[in-house]
Amino acid sequence: MSQYKMHVLVCAGTGCHSSESNLVYEMLRDEVERKGLGREVQIISTGCFGFCEKGPIVKILPDNTFYTQVKPSDAREIVDEHVIKGRSVHRLLYTDPETMEHVLDSKHMGFYKKQLRIALRNCGTIDPENIDESIARNAYQALGRVLTEYSPQDTIEIIKRSGLRGRGGAGFPTGLKWEIAGRNEADQKYVVCNADEGDPGAFMDRSILEGDPHSVLEAMAICGYCIGATKGLVYIRAEYPLAIRRLKTAIAQARDYGLLGENILGTSFSFDVSMKYGAGAFVCGEETALIHSMEGKRGEPSNKPPFPAQSGYLGKPTNVNNVETLANVPVIILKGADWFSAIGTEKSKGTKVFALAGKINNVGLIEVPMGITLREIIYEIGGGIKNGKKFKAVQTGGPSGGCLTEEHLDTPIDYESLTAAGSMMGSGGMIVLDEDDCMVSVAKFFLGFTVEESCGKCAPCRIGNKRLHETLTKITEGKGTQEDIEKLRNLGSVIKDTSLCGLGQTSPNPVLSTLDNFMDEYLEHVHEKKCRSGQCRSLLYYVISADDCIGCMACKRVCPTHAISGEKKEVHVINQEICIKCGACMEKCQFDAISLLNDYPRVAVAINN
Amino acid sequence: MNQMTGIKTLADLKKKQEEVRARINLRDKAENPESLVQVKVAMATCGIASGAKEVMEFFVEELDKRSIDAVVTQTGCMGYCFAEPTVEITLPGREPVVFGYVNPAKADEIIECYIKDGELVDGIIPQNYDTI
Repeated sequence: MSQYKMHVLVCAGTGCHSSESNLVYEMLRDEVERKGLGREVQIISTGCFGFCEKGPIVKILPDNTFYTQVKPSDAREIVDEHVIKGRSVHRLLYTDPETMEHVLDSKHMGFYKKQLRIALRNCGTIDPENIDESIARNAYQALGRVLTEYSPQDTIEIIKRSGLRGRGGAGFPTGLKWEIAGRNEADQKYVVCNADEGDPGAFMDRSILEGDPHSVLEAMAICGYCIGATKGLVYIRAEYPLAIRRLKTAIAQARDYGLLGENILGTSFSFDVSMKYGAGAFVCGEETALIHSMEGKRGEPSNKPPFPAQSGYLGKPTNVNNVETLANVPVIILKGADWFSAIGTEKSKGTKVFALAGKINNVGLIEVPMGITLREIIYEIGGGIKNGKKFKAVQTGGPSGGCLTEEHLDTPIDYESLTAAGSMMGSGGMIVLDEDDCMVSVAKFFLGFTVEESCGKCAPCRIGNKRLHETLTKITEGKGTQEDIEKLRNLGSVIKDTSLCGLGQTSPNPVLSTLDNFMDEYLEHVHEKKCRSGQCRSLLYYVISADDCIGCMACKRVCPTHAISGEKKEVHVINQEICIKCGACMEKCQFDAISLLNDYPRVAVAINN
Repeated sequence: MNQMTGIKTLADLKKKQEEVRARINLRDKAENPESLVQVKVAMATCGIASGAKEVMEFFVEELDKRSIDAVVTQTGCMGYCFAEPTVEITLPGREPVVFGYVNPAKADEIIECYIKDGELVDGIIPQNYDTI
């Protein structure tokens, strides 16, 4: 095989794919062929690079040149200039927002400096549709070692010692989970990969399956060997078509090579993987609901015990692990438990993938060691808040999580510290909020999500969340009372304590944590009828500026509720009690004297307390 | 099971990995270029006209054959057009050195003496500018 002197990696994750990275790939390939460079330059479509903010990404090796927002029409220039003449195309390079200078290679980008990519090790490096590239990067070596050198108990011991915990949210120790499933005797057991990623804004599991499907298949086989299962199932949402396609290809290729199927690597161990599609319900990320959904029943959780490890899929012992958890397993086997447990904090080992979203400059997928601070994530990797605004809070853990504020910026992030701060790790969604966001509305948004996603089986979740949402709506409409705030807190704790599954037990978190951290905003909404960020429309007021109003009476005539008072050539005033906020006055005013503000000059309205 | 491609033992898997490693070893190397020998071949019009392409191919193939971990890249004109083809070699932890009039024979000498043993050979162009 002749040596390629240059590799061109084109991101083919869902993000870049939707901005035509497939066309970029085709154009680059055709251009390289046309110039007769097909034997020297290799073009590869890879999984996600994580820097989704500036996709599509094209990275050129060996010099690590990192091109952003590449369009199909840029392909010719890249080939002519970079590939043939060795000059980088400056206009496509990433520009450092602080120094405004082009960054020549990805090694010097702030986005990658603090990252440690274990679960994402192959995303953006290999072609996920070619098993050979995975094998070249050690795929199935860990499985080989486990099958030939270790007993199931040895392997479980390694995973236990590594300190790996579930990356789907709750953080249950993975090794212990395997041990329990292994202990239960049965004629058939199952390994289930939970790829039902439901948090709004989280896409790490999808990216791993799209960028490195073999690492997940290999880990499932290792788990099968440990617990004594011969069947693996991937529960994936049907709304991830690209991940499904790549996973199917990967399963077919692994079967072809004999790495899945009967007597793997000449041993007596057999293991095969099939897929189950979910319709995309948040509650199906909960393991008992997931199992019911796989069995063709309604996606509703059931009481534990019995745990899935005792009686799961079709009543057989079943071990359910999240995609990201599984992706860590092969590396732990190859590099050792000590290597893994040296990374991270005392109780949370290894790394965590976070999906950065919201008001942050570098939206994307990052993997960082546990124990990193929020400040490092937001300001160094994330590149700070968009448009130089002020940081307000970060919502972690999606609808089950809570808000962390400025005072938590320097807290090392791990499972325990997030829980102590009233939030949770969750699957790793991180939504950054700035001064323009209203915290009551944020809580309302997440409650709206849980109300829709609640399966309705237990009353606290079905009815309680609905009531919470109604109360929050009332407050954002300016009709809230002090009593409502008390009600939110009481009802929230009751829902937490009495709900059946993880969904209900965590759904009040966004409300409770915003109550804890942003009580002043709630009080403002309730007592001053004011939303400081101007997000709540009902708490905006039409106000006439005394400087600009000439007293023409045009607005007064058009007001349907006669809320405007004032004589000819005198400054007019809107009575906020009567105003219905139709906006007719503002439309009519020819002097731009009327504006929509989040506060109005109050004429000594007595709001005591 | 497919007889041609089936991987029946761990040894088969290791063999397969050796076979396919060439596909991606450039990508592995690019992850930490500072620790490897870096060879930059000037491939502007002047360089290519004087045979830089052959020199580059020679480096790519020979370094691989002689099992030297190196990253070979092309760059633009370094300004030493009188001495093309020019090649800049950076050994780990050392200042870059530029060699002029490099043909495959010279490249062979550079690999054997400078890259392998760190001994300087004739044809070094003293660097006459600073880059910012």
